[in-house]
Amino acid sequence: MAGRMVVGATALSAVAAGLVRPASEPDPAGGHRLLPVVPELTALLPNRGLRRGTTVAVSSGRPARGGGSSLVLALLAEASRAGSWCAVVGVPTFGAVAAADAGIALDRLALVPHPGPEWATVVAALIDGVDVVVAAVPPGLAPSVATRLAARARQRGSVLVPYGPWEGADVTLQVMRGMWEGLGQGRGRLRRREVTICARGRGAAARPKEVKVWMPGDGATRAGGAPHPVRTGGPRPASRRAALTLVGGTA
Amino acid sequence: MTGPVRTLLVWCPDWPVIAAEIVDGVPATTPVAVLHANRVVACSEAARAEGVRRGLRKREAQSRCPQLTAVDHDPGRDARAFEPVVAAVEEVAAGVEVVRPGACALAARGPGRYFGGEERAAEQIVEHVAQSCGVESQVGIADGVFAAGLAARAGRIIEPGGTPPFLADLPVAALGRPALTDLLRRLGVRTLGDFAALPAGDVLARFGFDAALAHRLAAGRDHRPLAARRPPADLDVTDTYDEPLDRVDVAAFAARSLAERLHDTLARHGLACTRLGIEAVTEHGQELHRVWRHDGLLTAAAIADRVRWQLDGWLAGQGRPRPGGRAAPPRPTSGIIRLRLVPDGVLAHVGLQPGLWGETGEERERAHRALSRVQGILGPESVVTAVLGGGRSPVDQVRLVPWGDERVPTRPGPAASPDAPPWPGRLPSPAPALVLPEPLSAAVYDAAGEPVAVTARLEVSAAPARLAIGTRPPVEIVGWAGPWPVDERWWAPAEARRRARFQVGLADGTALLLSLAGGQWAVEAIYD
Repeated sequence: MAGRMVVGATALSAVAAGLVRPASEPDPAGGHRLLPVVPELTALLPNRGLRRGTTVAVSSGRPARGGGSSLVLALLAEASRAGSWCAVVGVPTFGAVAAADAGIALDRLALVPHPGPEWATVVAALIDGVDVVVAAVPPGLAPSVATRLAARARQRGSVLVPYGPWEGADVTLQVMRGMWEGLGQGRGRLRRREVTICARGRGAAARPKEVKVWMPGDGATRAGGAPHPVRTGGPRPASRRAALTLVGGTA
Repeated sequence: MTGPVRTLLVWCPDWPVIAAEIVDGVPATTPVAVLHANRVVACSEAARAEGVRRGLRKREAQSRCPQLTAVDHDPGRDARAFEPVVAAVEEVAAGVEVVRPGACALAARGPGRYFGGEERAAEQIVEHVAQSCGVESQVGIADGVFAAGLAARAGRIIEPGGTPPFLADLPVAALGRPALTDLLRRLGVRTLGDFAALPAGDVLARFGFDAALAHRLAAGRDHRPLAARRPPADLDVTDTYDEPLDRVDVAAFAARSLAERLHDTLARHGLACTRLGIEAVTEHGQELHRVWRHDGLLTAAAIADRVRWQLDGWLAGQGRPRPGGRAAPPRPTSGIIRLRLVPDGVLAHVGLQPGLWGETGEERERAHRALSRVQGILGPESVVTAVLGGGRSPVDQVRLVPWGDERVPTRPGPAASPDAPPWPGRLPSPAPALVLPEPLSAAVYDAAGEPVAVTARLEVSAAPARLAIGTRPPVEIVGWAGPWPVDERWWAPAEARRRARFQVGLADGTALLLSLAGGQWAVEAIYD
């Protein structure tokens, strides 16, 4: 009994360090096809994550509502933290501090602020080698180019995240409403924002879904840079999905 | 046993002062003093005439010579400025050792024979240094580096075997060991001759090892051989083509063989390069040079890829116009006749160690290839990665470095180390998701339609009610906070920035970071 507990504890710490994959987790072939996203957004995506080879568009909506950039950062955060490489094309105003706060590893994030007329070539080149490619869609993009890029992403197993109007995405995320909290008349400061995100798409995602999330997220556990915070020992609140999965894996 | 090496030493007087003139443009003909830790390290001739000496305090030096220009001591600057002098000496004679910035030594025998006499050789060297660098120098020749250094100060050539008598008359201060000199003086030992006359065993027992070494030098027994500088190996590879290359595939093929040659050269020297300059010259004399960086090590295939991308961009890519883009080199009017690869950032190749758990392995390699490809299309500066540093505004905190370069922040940030500056007055989190590189000018009005102002005591004239960005119609402000004053670098008038910042929430749900500087409102960032 005691021996088993010791073995369990060692395995737990190994999992915490991200070194060992418990045998009960899905096999790599399936697991590696899916990049993780923050728990708040899993409900919006058909596979509860970013499936490799798909196109997940983030639309700012018409008329433009704020919050799209934060949504993109939230979408990238968990994948980047898990070791994926990301690239952002055509966003010269990218807020790197906000990205780091969201949990994106900046040393695995490449920015191409001004792709110019070579936009399609650059995005295609990035799809070849980077796991998640965020691309601000230039105005007047030909639908044929869009189709070609989506096909390339499908073939190469990257996730293409067009930011702007995009036809034919597997899932389109759109910020419907966003209200900031914490600002008064001459006092206070911006603290967080309640954002309503709507997802619609094709196939399994055809039915529109809507969730309300806080941005930046209110979980204190998400603020740090540690991957998958795992609590070992002590009374464990049953709210964290990751912790729960882990118990099933080691018991 | 062989005696001390006959040494020729080239000495540039007051080198720190000369280096300051070369690098920083401080005229050395005026009174100049180079100070380190508030003491004069070196001074110009004009300053010396006014009574400035080495070792004086800054205030004392300035009292003797009020028009004195004080320059901070910078060993790096001295060494950098000395490099061309060494190169000039190397053009005349081989095997140069840099003793310290301002002095270099070489074996006197070779040049002495070649130029037909040591005096002639000394003249040649002084003249060549003066001609190619415009630097005054003196030469001394003696047995051993130490004696040659003292001879150079006197500008003398000591005949072979005459070194011990030459040294005997010099004061003990010439040893350059202040503590030992002080002690010897108090013991009544005033010249190097007196010191050399002491029994060596007693010197070692009484004064220690360093003094025993000094004792040998004082006696003219300087057996240390010259550690001659080895000129860097010539690693460039060049290929010329009789048939001009005007198609990318042909050029790429040529590049591949060139890359393999470069790789072989580097491998033979046990080196690897982290930066690579690729130079192409066309038949009509147009040149294209670009430096590629790589934070791993460039292999033969990687080199060949980079050559191909660069030529691809040059030979084929420029047919299309680039509106608003950077000035791209014009399409060459003829084929390429010469290709040259210049390795840069060369370091010893100790073998590449891939990550144990595979996290830096294949995926990283794949991403690197893709990003380098984009660099090939748009130029190396167009793919960047953000590095967080310190600063009070979101723009200051981020530095964008080209992909593959070292990730060093502009200012040390709070996360860098425990004793890093805390940057009081930073914006509270959450950070804005959109940061405008160029602030948008705006106007803020109160409920009565008057522009909102902030007094020197940070009182807001009235609550902001409407915001107009550029020429767009005004939008209602529903919440605001501020002013948060920032007064940065007030001690440097050219860089000083004084502004008050506000967070503003608008009726349509967006939130902005505004700043007010000199009566002008601007949008700095958007909380998107």
